[in-house]
Amino acid sequence: MSGKFTWKRDYYAGGLMLLLGVGAAVTGSGYKFGSLARMGPGFMPVVLGVVLAFIGILIAGTALGSSEPDDKNFLPDNPQWFGWLCIIAGPVLFIVFGYYGGMIPAVFACVFVCALGDATATYKSSFVLACGVTVFGVLLFHYLLNIPFQLLRGVNL
Amino acid sequence: MISTALTDLWYGFGVALEPHNLMYCFLGVLVGNLVGVLPGMGPVATISILLPLTFGMHPVPAILMLSGVYYGAQYGGAICSILLNLPCHPPHAVTCLDGFPLTKQGKGGTALGITIVAAFIGASFGITEMIFLAPFLVKMALEFGPAEVCSLMLVGLIAGSTLAKGSPLKGIAMTVFGLLIGIVGSDIETGQPRFTFGITELFDGIEIVALALGMFGIAEFMNSINNTEKVDMKYAKVGISDMFPSKADLKLAFWPMIRGTILGSLCALIPGTGPTIASFVSYATEKRISKTPERFGHGAIEGVACPEASTHSSVQGDFIPTMSLGIPGDTVMALLLGALIIHGIVPGPQLITQHADIFWGLIASFWIGNILLVILNVPMIGLWVKLLSIPYRYLYPSAMFFVCIGVYAASNDMFQVGETLVIGIVGYILLRLDFHPAPILLGFVLGPRFEENFRRSLLISRGDLMTFIERPISAFFLFICVVLLAAQVYVWLRKPKIVQEEKAIESAVPATGYSELAE
Repeated sequence: MSGKFTWKRDYYAGGLMLLLGVGAAVTGSGYKFGSLARMGPGFMPVVLGVVLAFIGILIAGTALGSSEPDDKNFLPDNPQWFGWLCIIAGPVLFIVFGYYGGMIPAVFACVFVCALGDATATYKSSFVLACGVTVFGVLLFHYLLNIPFQLLRGVNL
Repeated sequence: MISTALTDLWYGFGVALEPHNLMYCFLGVLVGNLVGVLPGMGPVATISILLPLTFGMHPVPAILMLSGVYYGAQYGGAICSILLNLPCHPPHAVTCLDGFPLTKQGKGGTALGITIVAAFIGASFGITEMIFLAPFLVKMALEFGPAEVCSLMLVGLIAGSTLAKGSPLKGIAMTVFGLLIGIVGSDIETGQPRFTFGITELFDGIEIVALALGMFGIAEFMNSINNTEKVDMKYAKVGISDMFPSKADLKLAFWPMIRGTILGSLCALIPGTGPTIASFVSYATEKRISKTPERFGHGAIEGVACPEASTHSSVQGDFIPTMSLGIPGDTVMALLLGALIIHGIVPGPQLITQHADIFWGLIASFWIGNILLVILNVPMIGLWVKLLSIPYRYLYPSAMFFVCIGVYAASNDMFQVGETLVIGIVGYILLRLDFHPAPILLGFVLGPRFEENFRRSLLISRGDLMTFIERPISAFFLFICVVLLAAQVYVWLRKPKIVQEEKAIESAVPATGYSELAE
């Protein structure tokens, strides 16, 4: 082991598991624990939480003990903030437009925004794709599969 | 015993050949073949999207269709590996090593032809194995009490987490995480809501479709956006006439196919070792016993035949533990098990007797589906090759739409779409920390049943934990768990040669922007 301390991703990984485990155990201890013969609802969450926390410590521990360098960072080499934002925005817009507008605006907004996330996409190409998917989606899901999702809220199509 | 199996199989063909069922089987393999060809789409995401659409259907066609997607995708995945050197489907990653050099030599058609022959042989053997082995396993499994079921599930969980790719420790962590996600919702015995944080929509638990599409859909897209290489179609020109392998090639490939088939079927029987591991193991074995190992990696036809046969035999064999014991071997099987549960069918040894139509219909549909796939792939190869060139920037937005509408359709509830998004973001963070999401789904599906059986067995034994050791079958399963864990510690401490050989093969496979999520 080299003397220099380097920050590895496995410390985050172990820490995250530890955090999740402790969180689960603490939340779980609020439910009735019961005994082995008559387990309450809290038994499994607490046991699993403790196990997960223990594994978290092991993950961080083995990373500390091993000399293998970690050449990857948590963020990828070329972080795609805009792409990620677009992918996340897609379902958000689907929910908002689906709730207030109906299926057509929801599908269109979702596909259009998601498509913009690609580096080579243009407004035009995204628009064409979104139109195509909307037409296809409405035909398939509304007319063929009869999903209960109004095409346009308030308009009876 | 054999004659009963054959009568049952006859009955199964009757079920599978009903026009309605046949249509859905065809639809399944067609969609499967399609997503198999498309880089960046996997069977897990596809099955999750289709799952909600089957809610209104009769369970038989639903299960036939969803299974068809799985084995259909295996046929398509090979095309992508051989012609483009893109290992976007993990079970076929190893096929790149010899398949792509063959393509460069202008023998891509032969490689594809051999693949289809190997696939059909492998699949046929896997199906035969299922016909004769499953009823036998069921006879054994009917003796199981809750303690045995519980220990068996533990084997499945530990094998699934330690034998999958990546660090075994992280695999176990993900399994436990999956078990915890499975706890969300009302407790089965007392009705006490757990981990719901006061959100009423969570009282029913996390939706399996939301979990699968978050982890294998949204997280996957976030991983591969603007991260995929340009598809090089330079060599991807294949016509039907190139597809028929010469006699010499067939002769060369025959024994590797048989060996691959047998290895694959063995791998299928061990829970947790899906087709991916089977293909790597068989490639390594074939290279080792070959008289001319130096040809491997430069276009050896055996290097295509063996792993492909092994993949397909393992894919079909994977259904054995899932259908007969209710213990899924990998992600797709976990998903199918979830589908069975949603359709109100209790997985486990009773399935074959209580739902003979599903079990035998499924087996018969495997034969039909595989024949359909051969028919689909040989004359239509040109079409599939064309599909390879669809750019990712058109694919993922359309897939996002399917994800959203699929989750919405599962319960007609916008809340589920948000749930999927949150799971997707969490999944991506886990992915960046080198956690593989496959064991999460396994833990999630098995979790509630594991807890139920665990509680019940301790209730019967009045809180005595020794019950798991005193019952011989249960003790045997626990022994396997210990062996599995001990083997991991051994590999970690001693780093045996065989593991390093396997690592070498793995690193020889070309890197891809698509994460290797789907098993």
